[in-house]
Amino acid sequence: MKKIIIIILFNFFTIIKSYALIEVDITRGNLDPLPLAVSPLHVDIKSEDYKDMKIKELGNNISEIIENNFRATGLFNPLKKEAFVQKPDIAHLKPRFEDWRLIKAQALITGKILIKDEKLKVEFRLWDLAAAKEMTALAFTTTPSNWRRVAHIISDKIYERLTGEEGYFDTRIIYVAESGPKNQRVKKLAIMDQDGAKTKYLTLGNELVLTPRFNPTNQMVTYMSYFRNMPRVYLLDIETGTQEVVGNFPGMTFAPRFSPDGKKIIMSFAKDGNSDIFTMEIETRVVERITDHSSIDTSPSFSPDGKFIAFNSDRSGLQQIYVMRSDGSGVKRITFGNGIYGTPVWSPRGDLIAFTKMRKGKFYIGVMRTDGTGERLLTENFYQEAPSWSPNGRVIVFYRETKAGLKGEGFTAKLWTIDITGYNERQLKTKTDASDPSWSSLLSK
Amino acid sequence: MIFNKNLKNVLIVIFTTLLLSACSTAKKTGTASDDAYTGKETVKYLASGVPDRVFFATNKSSLTTASRATLRKQATFLRKNKKLNVTIEGHADERGTREYNLALGERRANAARDYLMTYGISGKRISVISYGKEKPINAASTPLAWSQNRRSVTVKVN
Repeated sequence: MKKIIIIILFNFFTIIKSYALIEVDITRGNLDPLPLAVSPLHVDIKSEDYKDMKIKELGNNISEIIENNFRATGLFNPLKKEAFVQKPDIAHLKPRFEDWRLIKAQALITGKILIKDEKLKVEFRLWDLAAAKEMTALAFTTTPSNWRRVAHIISDKIYERLTGEEGYFDTRIIYVAESGPKNQRVKKLAIMDQDGAKTKYLTLGNELVLTPRFNPTNQMVTYMSYFRNMPRVYLLDIETGTQEVVGNFPGMTFAPRFSPDGKKIIMSFAKDGNSDIFTMEIETRVVERITDHSSIDTSPSFSPDGKFIAFNSDRSGLQQIYVMRSDGSGVKRITFGNGIYGTPVWSPRGDLIAFTKMRKGKFYIGVMRTDGTGERLLTENFYQEAPSWSPNGRVIVFYRETKAGLKGEGFTAKLWTIDITGYNERQLKTKTDASDPSWSSLLSK
Repeated sequence: MIFNKNLKNVLIVIFTTLLLSACSTAKKTGTASDDAYTGKETVKYLASGVPDRVFFATNKSSLTTASRATLRKQATFLRKNKKLNVTIEGHADERGTREYNLALGERRANAARDYLMTYGISGKRISVISYGKEKPINAASTPLAWSQNRRSVTVKVN
């Protein structure tokens, strides 16, 4: 499938790029979302039955997922289908541009699907309605059960074409699913598509699990578990379900994260009341000490080029954010604002660090440049933390807890997303309460 | 160098003033720097008159006078019960990031362990575990609940 995408993309992109007239300004947030029409994909009448799939509804279902993806960006305004003036099959061949312009659409997405020989064939086109031109087109084949991913891949290609940035829809989020009263929480690892669909639980809830994080290069996850009442960092293969303890430390290991090449895990190890940062190379098991200080050093995060590490430490009194070279040298404090700073996470683009700030009983999610300048607080609340970046560095997912009543009632933990502009804050729907989100890389990359 | 020395003197003066002012505020209750819980709610007992837990101020792992008195009672109790081993559980309140709180809980549990050891209890008899903010004893979101949750609890393991 990968090959097909590359070949076809190459053909269409090279020809069409110079004609583009629509431009989405993504630096401003959602002030003026672009009106977009997503026509239901036409289902070819030659389509064959596949298992218990409702093939007739597939075209509609795919277009709905695409619409939801675009609506959630805050940059686009998918128009209501009732106003659509052309049938999907005809629109896909050649839209009557003036009719679509009449409903104020600036871009149109059309497509066609065919299920044959247990394969799902998909093609779609993106039309610039003002210029009356096709902007991009793509065809690919996959197994029919992959139809949701098809919708996300289409969304990514269109997003890329319209914004000039990589998409982030064909991705998943791993998180901790929470249930039960606040002082007897049951926590399980859970994974879902970035739009909240296809939730799957990866642990049973028998032991406390915390802070799962994706490997940026594959579908491995590192997380912390209290299995047998020994708090340790684990490595989990989501495909096979196999898991193992990371390293052979004689005490608590926590706050794990992968290096950008996916080959190392960086984490904290606590001994005799002191927490320092260590790395372990996954293949060779070689453990390396990175910090050696009598303060608490934790929440480490690599820069995307692997050369630097951001972490938080209370070596100056309260928690602040520091940056050092990846061998632990050149430690430099970067936060000097009023308040306590924690959980630095380097943007995949490398230009920003997301963080949690605590000040005067409020919690903030913010971003700053990697030298600590240009701090921007995106959202303020009673409690929120644990930012994680979308793979294109455009959106941050985090969790937020509500203030509980005197018996713990009214307590909830939910996932939220916000654009780095500070606009478009949204709750990400999860089946249960949720915390500690981590965003995967693009699956189809 | 002279400049440095002067600076040093100034720093010493500032430091002593801070210390003195810290002492004076410590006597008041409920200030931000000393908001350790002093009541008896939530407390259980290892034996009659031997409380199982001590409480900490926000972001702190230093033992208060009351905490040290409690731990001395625990040490006496452990000296009398030579075959008893304990685990010290360290906890934090919900007003901090999860990962930092895990480290803070560990530091609190070790502060209690270290104190027991200075009173002659072998480190081999005392294991520690941090639960960070994962196991609040009081589920409310109030300063009182938070102060009850910032604790280390000594638990018998055999």
